[in-house]
Amino acid sequence: MALLEIKELTQLFGGLCAVSDFSVALESGELVGLIGPNGAGKTTMFNLVSGFYKPTQGSITFKGHPITGLKPHEITALGVARTFQNIRLWNDMTVLENICVSQHYNMGYSIVDALLRTKRYLKNEKRIYTEAMEILEALDLARYAHEVPPNLPYGLQRKVEIARALSIKPSLLLLDEPAAGLNSADVQDLIKLIQRIHKEFDITIWMIEHQMTVVMTLCSRLKVIDFGSTIADGTPDEIQNNPDVIKAYLGDDTI
Amino acid sequence: MQKYSVPLLVTILLIVLVALSQSGAMDLYVQSIILFMGINIILSSSLNLVNGYMGEFACGHAAFMAVGAYVSSTLNVWLFAQDKFFGPPLLPPELALYFFPVVLLAGGIAAAFAGILIAIPSFKTRGDYLAIITIAANYIVTSTIINMDSIGGARGFMGMKKVLFSMSDTIDLPWILIWVVISTVMTIWLIRRFVSSTYGKGISAISQDEVAAEIMSVNTNKMKLIAFMLSSGLAGIAGGLYAHILGYINPGSFGILKSTECLVMVYLGGMGSLSGSVISAILFTLLLEMLRFVIPWIDTIMHWSYLLPDSYHLSQVWKWVLIPLILILLMQFRPEGIMGNRELSDIFPRLKKYYSFK
Amino acid sequence: MLASILQNIINALQWGSFYSLIALGYTLVYGVLLLINFAHGDVFMVGAYIAFFVATFLLSFSALPGWGVLALTIPLCMILTALVGVSLERIAYRPLRRKGAHRLYVVITALMCGLVLENGNLALLGASRKAFPELIHKVVFTFGSVTMTNLKIAVILSAFLTFFILQFIVTKTKIGMAMRAISYDKFAVPLMGIPIDTVIVFTFVLGSAFAGLAGLLFALSYPILDPYMGAMIGWKAFIAAVVGGIGDIRGAFLGGFLLGFVEILVVAFFPSTYRDLIAFSILLVILCIKPTGLFGVAQTTKI
Repeated sequence: MALLEIKELTQLFGGLCAVSDFSVALESGELVGLIGPNGAGKTTMFNLVSGFYKPTQGSITFKGHPITGLKPHEITALGVARTFQNIRLWNDMTVLENICVSQHYNMGYSIVDALLRTKRYLKNEKRIYTEAMEILEALDLARYAHEVPPNLPYGLQRKVEIARALSIKPSLLLLDEPAAGLNSADVQDLIKLIQRIHKEFDITIWMIEHQMTVVMTLCSRLKVIDFGSTIADGTPDEIQNNPDVIKAYLGDDTI
Repeated sequence: MQKYSVPLLVTILLIVLVALSQSGAMDLYVQSIILFMGINIILSSSLNLVNGYMGEFACGHAAFMAVGAYVSSTLNVWLFAQDKFFGPPLLPPELALYFFPVVLLAGGIAAAFAGILIAIPSFKTRGDYLAIITIAANYIVTSTIINMDSIGGARGFMGMKKVLFSMSDTIDLPWILIWVVISTVMTIWLIRRFVSSTYGKGISAISQDEVAAEIMSVNTNKMKLIAFMLSSGLAGIAGGLYAHILGYINPGSFGILKSTECLVMVYLGGMGSLSGSVISAILFTLLLEMLRFVIPWIDTIMHWSYLLPDSYHLSQVWKWVLIPLILILLMQFRPEGIMGNRELSDIFPRLKKYYSFK
Repeated sequence: MLASILQNIINALQWGSFYSLIALGYTLVYGVLLLINFAHGDVFMVGAYIAFFVATFLLSFSALPGWGVLALTIPLCMILTALVGVSLERIAYRPLRRKGAHRLYVVITALMCGLVLENGNLALLGASRKAFPELIHKVVFTFGSVTMTNLKIAVILSAFLTFFILQFIVTKTKIGMAMRAISYDKFAVPLMGIPIDTVIVFTFVLGSAFAGLAGLLFALSYPILDPYMGAMIGWKAFIAAVVGGIGDIRGAFLGGFLLGFVEILVVAFFPSTYRDLIAFSILLVILCIKPTGLFGVAQTTKI
């Protein structure tokens, strides 16, 4: 059974067809790429999986359960984490607080406990704190725990966002253009980081990315879409030589 | 020992205030100022929860005050006092003393449920639209009360003083002072605990980036509901206390002007700063009282320097020109208010030693 | 039966005209600045008072007959009220706009400006209400048992005329196009060589002038003025604009009449104290179902 199965997904925004009859199956442990020219519908795809939009047609199944129509925070609680193209960290909270708040699905105490500071509250807050620090340490970010994100360089902020996504212990991680805005040194670090978390945390990764070095190095399989529908599906080598893909990105010879 | 310094301080404060009041050393006017300070602290910190921490724009706080005021007043009068409409007291007036916190809480709970009225629209709207909805809710509450003749309608409702007298007849203590102090301390304590927990931080997350919060497993609708209910519930308790201090309430005192006062206090103190709300509430209460004296002085001076014609005198209405003006100037020159979004412990780090919850 | 329906319709049209005139001003400013100018209802009140002072002055110091005074008062009142609106923009809103302040701060400022105008009026002029002088003789037309006065007709005509003028300006003139452009993209507009400040001032001039006209007409129809008259009517007109779809002047125009009809209907069947309650409740319901109003376009945020 595939971890994530998308069948004949179609998304219409009024008259605009953003996603058209899209299907894919992600097996556990894969690292798959989603590429395509600008405006192809990639982020819309992620928004559909995360639960921000309800698809006009089609189904999305995660671990065998249909997730279309669930609210985003419910889907996250099931084990789907996601990062954004523009880093969406909470800038007035410290890095540590950013990680802790992501534990909302699993706080273990109610508001009454919080107000009365019961044993249950203290125990769970300690657990949340410890687990957050563990994630930060695993990604080498522990020394920035009490910094606020705007004080950190962009590359580190991206890392913090990934750490935050990992803190919900996801089975599926959706990365939306993680290399966007990074310089070449940071991109190399990012590639190593993604390879590391893919192995160490044993998660399935689906990645949107424009930078081909990242995509070709990391992904075992690529799905290419344009105007909302699949135009190619295969290994990086196959895709590089696929004439449809080349046409979509570079245009064809006829002028 | 240091850990208990705050509860100790509070208890000492309470004992001192009660002693001063009982012995007659503190005159009623000063006492009323302290009472109103307490009410304003509750109002401003509860509104700060929604407008400051959650970054929403709720402009109808007085509506919940009204709900709490009327519910607790009518309950108390119905149960413990003689009234034209409700008839003789249902329970012996001696019991008023023990039931007072229960009735106050009932008013707060009623107000919390009224808070659902504006929490639900907030799921889908933000900013300007929420402002409209909350102002409309404010008018709806006051209009509804005006149309209810059984509780006085536009003429107002009274009888709370009788209940207070029954209370002090049973045990001779300044009960309203005690309950105001206790409620104020409890409010600050509750809000502080809420926003410093991971649970409460979800609210700040919503205000900073709601999409990210939703994605990171924060149930945004539930959090908004909780924040609005907590905020309105506390306002309801403030309303109940306000009603018993004055002994008389009417819908006119819970209109847009009262809501504006609450807004001024929140933005003056600083959005998202609990210590800011407390400080600004105290300053604001003092300002309002000072204006009672300052305006006649200015009037005298302006007449003396021939700036004003003899026939015209500055009335207290100028207070209501000054208060909005303060907020306008605040928005122009220091929109973050006195404290910004910092707490006293951020400015004076040594204070952190004295309280255990952070 | 028919007669009373007709009578109610006429009353509703007249009552709704005031809401429309004021709602148009709200919509114009919102369309251009994305700002709900909460002070607009009080600009209407100021307009009524300006009309009062101008009319009284002209009546005492000139030999003009009633309708002559009216003829002079209309433009004077509109110009002076426009000045008030523009001053508000200059003093309170523009500095915040320059600083790029958060919209929240501008909205609070607007709310507070309204309060300053109301209470300032109360403080300066006192609590005694002013009586507007009668400038023209009321002529009553009767059709069966339906009556209407020349004033009522004038009010309704003014509202329609205003709408057509504004519609023309917004759709057919260059500056109207600039106004619409600003509502789409505030930053691109100055980059295209359009003086954004001028356009904004023009918007306020339009909105406030017609609020002033509404004030004058209201004062003529209901000659007792009090400082808080703008507050309630301003809120209702605002409801009308939102229900119609704030940002679109057709919405404001129709919303004004819709609210007028609703209120007249309510008063026909319920005690008049329920009028405000029901009006606000309708607002809440509509905002819950269709937050963008009848003609409004939803704004989507890109995730």
